[in-house]
Amino acid sequence: MKPLGYVARKFGMLLSRNRFRSDLDEEMSFHQAQVEKELIDKGMSPARAHTEAARQFGNAAHLREESHGMIAFRWETVIQDLRFSFRQFRQNPGFALTAVFILAVGMGVSVAIFAFADAAVLQPLPYLAPNRLMDVAENGAMLQRSNLSRADYEDWKRLNHSFSSLEAYGGSGFLLRTASGTEPVPAARVSDGFFRTLGVRPMLGRDFLPGEDHSGGAKLVMLTYGSWMKRFGSRNDMVGQSITLDGTAYTVVGVLPREFEFAPRANAEFFVPLLDKNQCEQRRSCHNLFGIGRLRDGVTSKAALDEMKAIAAQLEIQYPDSNKGQGAVVQPLAEIIVGPMKPIMLTLLAASGLLLLIASVNVASLLLVRSESRRREIAVRGALGATPARISRQFVTEAFLLGMLGCSAAMVVANGTMKGLTTLIPKTMAQFLPFLQRVGLHWHEAVYSICIALLATGLLAATPILRLSFLDVRDALSDGNRSVAGRFWRRMGANLVVVELSIAVILLVGAGLLTKSFYRLLNVDLGFDGTHLATVQVVAPPAAYSKPAQQVALFREVNRRISSLPGVESVGLTSDLPIQCNCNTDWIRIVGKPFHGEHNEVNERDVSPSYLPTLKAQLMRGRLFTEDDNSSESGKIIINQKLAEKYFPGEDPIGKMIANGSLDPKSMREVIGVVGNVREAGLDDEMWPTEYEALYQSPGNQVAVAVRTRGDEKAILPLLIKAVHEIDPALGTYGELTMEEQMNTTASALIHHTAMWLVDWFAAIALVLAVVGLYGVVAYSVGQRTREIGVRMALGAQRISVYSMVMRQAGWLTAAGVGIGVASAIGAAMLGSKLLFGVAAWDIPTLATVAVVLATASLAASFLPAHRAASVNPIEALRTE
Amino acid sequence: MKRPELLPGTLDMLILKTLNRAPLHGYGIALAIKRLSDDVLTVEEGSLYPALQRLLLQGWVKAEWKMTETNRRARFYTLTAAGRKQLGLEVTQFEQMIAAIGRVLSEA
Repeated sequence: MKPLGYVARKFGMLLSRNRFRSDLDEEMSFHQAQVEKELIDKGMSPARAHTEAARQFGNAAHLREESHGMIAFRWETVIQDLRFSFRQFRQNPGFALTAVFILAVGMGVSVAIFAFADAAVLQPLPYLAPNRLMDVAENGAMLQRSNLSRADYEDWKRLNHSFSSLEAYGGSGFLLRTASGTEPVPAARVSDGFFRTLGVRPMLGRDFLPGEDHSGGAKLVMLTYGSWMKRFGSRNDMVGQSITLDGTAYTVVGVLPREFEFAPRANAEFFVPLLDKNQCEQRRSCHNLFGIGRLRDGVTSKAALDEMKAIAAQLEIQYPDSNKGQGAVVQPLAEIIVGPMKPIMLTLLAASGLLLLIASVNVASLLLVRSESRRREIAVRGALGATPARISRQFVTEAFLLGMLGCSAAMVVANGTMKGLTTLIPKTMAQFLPFLQRVGLHWHEAVYSICIALLATGLLAATPILRLSFLDVRDALSDGNRSVAGRFWRRMGANLVVVELSIAVILLVGAGLLTKSFYRLLNVDLGFDGTHLATVQVVAPPAAYSKPAQQVALFREVNRRISSLPGVESVGLTSDLPIQCNCNTDWIRIVGKPFHGEHNEVNERDVSPSYLPTLKAQLMRGRLFTEDDNSSESGKIIINQKLAEKYFPGEDPIGKMIANGSLDPKSMREVIGVVGNVREAGLDDEMWPTEYEALYQSPGNQVAVAVRTRGDEKAILPLLIKAVHEIDPALGTYGELTMEEQMNTTASALIHHTAMWLVDWFAAIALVLAVVGLYGVVAYSVGQRTREIGVRMALGAQRISVYSMVMRQAGWLTAAGVGIGVASAIGAAMLGSKLLFGVAAWDIPTLATVAVVLATASLAASFLPAHRAASVNPIEALRTE
Repeated sequence: MKRPELLPGTLDMLILKTLNRAPLHGYGIALAIKRLSDDVLTVEEGSLYPALQRLLLQGWVKAEWKMTETNRRARFYTLTAAGRKQLGLEVTQFEQMIAAIGRVLSEA
């Protein structure tokens, strides 16, 4: 710590700055005069004495600088440098604007992508101590993580000691009467401690109390903030009010806070307690819930997993029929929410990082060109006594200024990019990505921006400093010996261009692979005709349609009404539309084959007779359902090829019987047909064995309608809804989409689409930047070599050989860039292979296309300077010196 | 012959010491050091003036413009009380160090 007086004196001097300067000048000239006098006294001639004294005294300017430096504050020179940098930029606004623009785009896009990755992956989940929250589920032979049955959940909750609380949630939905009709609203059923376990407190009203989820309890509901705002006008008196869901009165006990999100049931608007066991929950073998546990202090997730496995093993012995092979999985809740987002976020982050790198390198090479034209200025400063450190500091200051200006402009770009990207995500998808509402410029983003700005600054500062450290002051002043400086420049600039080109290759290859993956994904074999297919979901209020006969009558009426619409070719009804999920499964046993209680898990779909023909699924053997099969009591079943191959290898399955594990007579079904594999699960999921049962034998409150149209399937969607409401205005409809829309909005398609779209853009920008960079280098080197080219031509070189000389240089750079780029691209693609679908990381056509595209673009860019070189007039060229 | 360099860190002490006898201007200080050291020590102007600024800043010397005997205006530096204290301190430290170095050298 400097004493106070010291600081005060320093400020005093700072204020009387001019006086200090004149004092010093006078003092030094006095000193010099004295030395001069001394020399004359010794007998030197006055003229010689004058020079000698000046020589002895040294560089007065430098001396003054140094004495001045003694009293000056360090930041004063920084301000000097900054002022000088600003003057430099003002002198050459084109350069400054271009540089800031390129940096702003590079950094802005990077920061925006980081903001998404931050919200999706890095930020902790918005719960109390989120890292102590575990996802608790069962696992079976086919599914790594499967739902929990209510009976198992209750046993797990009772028996475990690892969790301070173990809660359950499951999907649900209600028909809500609104002014415009009946609307199905997604909801969730939760155990009473669900919100307490998450650490979420209602914004209004109260949480569910312990015991309020028991069978026979009162019907209560908690509203999400969004639903409270949208459906109930943000009324503060909602708590205690009664709302009608599915024709039953529910009392609103609370409203959840605005920040509340729960990704596994992201679109739920109402949360109700579990209450009575539904049909599924009465069976231990029916799995429809998931668990959430909060670890007790000191318990690790590993210990919890071991305990839950032990409990599951105990239940396996106790209930062999339902629980054989059912284990337990315990993993951090964040893993199931954040985990699926990781590959795409990392890929996009890496791609945006590469874009930033290419942008910075581009600006660095711009700076390099400029430092070349500033050689004289630098040399003059050096000759006047500026130390190399001081000159370097000037470059650091300029780089810093560019970095900071770029960074500030980048915030605008980042904001725009984030808003743009958010609106690009379709609403149907956005509601399942609650992290989107957390995307923004927070302190994480600020730190990230500063880090990348500093890195870019470092690169920008290092380039001209490295370049100029080779510079000899005398050489530069005389502006001679061009070839030497030229070689250094060429080497440095060329290296930068190779870096740019190889990054462009990586991004282009990435873009190519992702585009191909997306194309492959959308063209994956569906097993049905996805064109001219419209779909809608119909929900019937349970009170009015409680009996199977009523439900069947309704389904037939829906079928009849829609069939009679103009332009409709055929209509089919099903429990689940294709391309959804491997879910709603059944455990089967083949009658007459050895069976040891294993769970043979297959997809189960209930379909109307016309459903499979409407999809244009391929009948391989046997026959499809008729109206008789759907109404008669005898069980008939259609299986897909996968099931036939897996459970009837080398046999004809027609006429064979399939039943449940205990051979319950009611479950006996005869195989009547085999159809080609219809893609029931997501586009990139594995194909599962599937059984199709007669819908009219096990109807329900909800049915999906598939409509084959002759013309435009989009135009028919409003007519479908109208037709359904004409049957009964109390019916709810949702999911009115064409099959192609369904495909485009599946999670896998969206992830692939977003990745492809963004990386394509990054690659396009990278290509432009790299090619412009190459053009700059080649054009500059042609400019430097004008005289040499003139000499060559004067000595008889043909224009064609001048062309080839320039193009050869460009060719080498491109080849090096493409070579390094392709090798790195394959490595990068292997790292990101999770995002590839049906395409290898070393896909030859993609690599070849990228190489050709880049080579063509590069050669086109260097043709211009080559042409200029070849048109050099030797006489003029020789005169340029 | 190459003149021996001033020991690092001793310049401030030498300046303070010359000023301890009488106020001097910059040239006078350089001259005094040179004479008193029998031409062994030469103070470069390049280090003298920055050093003087440093001492001014520390408050160890004061500067004022006066007339020389040849009737020229010159800036005279005077030792302050703090400067005298500092001089004592530096001399003690220096002597301790020299003694220590001497002991090491005589050991051989």
